[in-house]
Amino acid sequence: MLSLQNRKDILFLSILAAILLIVLPMGLDAFRLNLIGKYLTYAFVTIGLVACWGDSGILSLGQGIFFGLGGYCMAMFLKLQASTLEATKNQSTPGIPDFMDWNQITALPWFWKPFHSLSFSLIAMMVIPAVLAVVIGAAMFKRRVGGTYFAIITQAIASVLTILIVGQQGYIGGVNGITDLRTLDGWDIRTDHAKYILYYAGVVLLLACLLLLRFVRKSKLGRILRAMRDQEDRVRFSGYNVANFKIFIFALAAAMAGIGGALFTLEVGFMSPTFVGIVPSIEMVIYCAVGGRNSLVGAVYGTLLVNWARTSFSESFPEIWTFAMGGLFIAIVLFLPGGLASLYQNYIDPYVCRILKGNGRQTSHTVDKAI
Amino acid sequence: MTIQNDPLLSVENLSVSFDGFKAVDDLSFQLEKGEIRVIIGPNGAGKTTVLDLICGRTKATSGSIQFEGRELTRLKEYDIVRAGVGRKFQTPSVYEDLTVFENLEISYPSGRSVFEALFFRRNKEIIDRIKEISEMIFLDNQLDRKAADLSHGQKQWLEIGMLLIQDPALLMLDEPVAGMTVSERVRTAELLQRIIQSRSVLVIEHDMGFVEKIAHRVTVLHQGRIISDGSMEHVKNDPKVVEVYLGH
Repeated sequence: MLSLQNRKDILFLSILAAILLIVLPMGLDAFRLNLIGKYLTYAFVTIGLVACWGDSGILSLGQGIFFGLGGYCMAMFLKLQASTLEATKNQSTPGIPDFMDWNQITALPWFWKPFHSLSFSLIAMMVIPAVLAVVIGAAMFKRRVGGTYFAIITQAIASVLTILIVGQQGYIGGVNGITDLRTLDGWDIRTDHAKYILYYAGVVLLLACLLLLRFVRKSKLGRILRAMRDQEDRVRFSGYNVANFKIFIFALAAAMAGIGGALFTLEVGFMSPTFVGIVPSIEMVIYCAVGGRNSLVGAVYGTLLVNWARTSFSESFPEIWTFAMGGLFIAIVLFLPGGLASLYQNYIDPYVCRILKGNGRQTSHTVDKAI
Repeated sequence: MTIQNDPLLSVENLSVSFDGFKAVDDLSFQLEKGEIRVIIGPNGAGKTTVLDLICGRTKATSGSIQFEGRELTRLKEYDIVRAGVGRKFQTPSVYEDLTVFENLEISYPSGRSVFEALFFRRNKEIIDRIKEISEMIFLDNQLDRKAADLSHGQKQWLEIGMLLIQDPALLMLDEPVAGMTVSERVRTAELLQRIIQSRSVLVIEHDMGFVEKIAHRVTVLHQGRIISDGSMEHVKNDPKVVEVYLGH
């Protein structure tokens, strides 16, 4: 017989899967469903934040870096696909992306060349963010930089990356981003049918990432991360190399953010520096805080709710939305530090436990983290 | 066991200064295998700094620390722990979000690298060892409780248990009975006397009754230097020690 917590996890995941895979596609038109798909790509970032920030106490205000890198990897591949000799025959240099031609660049830069390959691009969208996270993590965590300082530095890096992209108009499209993306290996991503398929692919990938993070959190590594968050020195003086554990979880979150970014490019059809910088990075943290930084499914719901509210609000009152969002964040921090997940924990969980109880006795000696 | 005279820990000319202030000044002492040494001294004498230097939390300005023939001043903290040095902090440091069982499990010396920890599985050996330790520290019926819910004294015991499960050759305790109730103090003294028999121990303690009960040898620190060293009887009657404790 499964333990109570395992049965609860199955229940939560099934509910989430049912909402995303059945209820929403049945209830929404293609346009709205594509919007939900776009929001879900942010959820790849927020569930990583649950592991990094909620579990391990590493607050990164620069997750947009990794989201953006993943997105750019996918955008570069798609742009090369769209820049066939046939499609660009009017350019002074046919066969290179249009924005390069506008900027008097006459040959494809070296770092674009590997992105001709789909498999390279798919690997790069996860590996490049993860490698950058390892480099940042090694530089920070080995020197015991943490807390607010770490948050500020990640923010500075996000800002630097945005400036770099904006400044490189000819090489990566500058402030306009990489636009006019059409096909993925010959498959047109702009049709309604493609949008449905991308939506389902996104949901399945998100559920897979949730399962992976659930495994990590339930492992001894997950317990060490929580121990480290509360008593870092005690973990260090129990024989652990604390920095390596932080680097691991930070890189894992970065890789997931990269997947989210790549999906975002596919669903939205372009990538631009506005999704890399400080503002989106902080917004991701707000989604996570609203949903609950200690709950993976909470973070997914938080992401969906805040974005849904943003879309409906900013359709009618575009200028007050940012204030509303700031107010929401302050209210959550002040009155509901555990986010929406803590509302569930306090009011609904006792009933769920009673229903699921039966004969599943807990003998695991473990405070299982709810998914 | 051929070389009986080889000390377990040998500290030589150890100094550390913080912004010009010498917290530990040219300190040398040796700790034999199986010896229980208590360090006493007034506030600010550098007692905790000495433990910090040995376990690598503070880097020495000069001098050397040899432990079983290895130079500790060059090792990382986690390597010093793996070499066999366990350290208890002054305030109880336990993982409040985890159960007593999980607290002990994290301290059990296996699965210490990232990937070993990710694929770590509890086996019977580990569970038995955790049960055994939990009995020693009076927490055998609290294994499933969150550490946050324990009393102050129970947290101290838990941290002692977390050190024991590492089975260190050298155990360093920083004020293990501070802040305890009288009855907790009695049980802790009992517990410590039981667990320190088989290993070398370095203790900082202010409770003189407790010191008298356990110490093989007492070292008195004052302003980063050793001013007296020997049996409790010798130290108590040393005029320099009396001067330091009563003269100010």
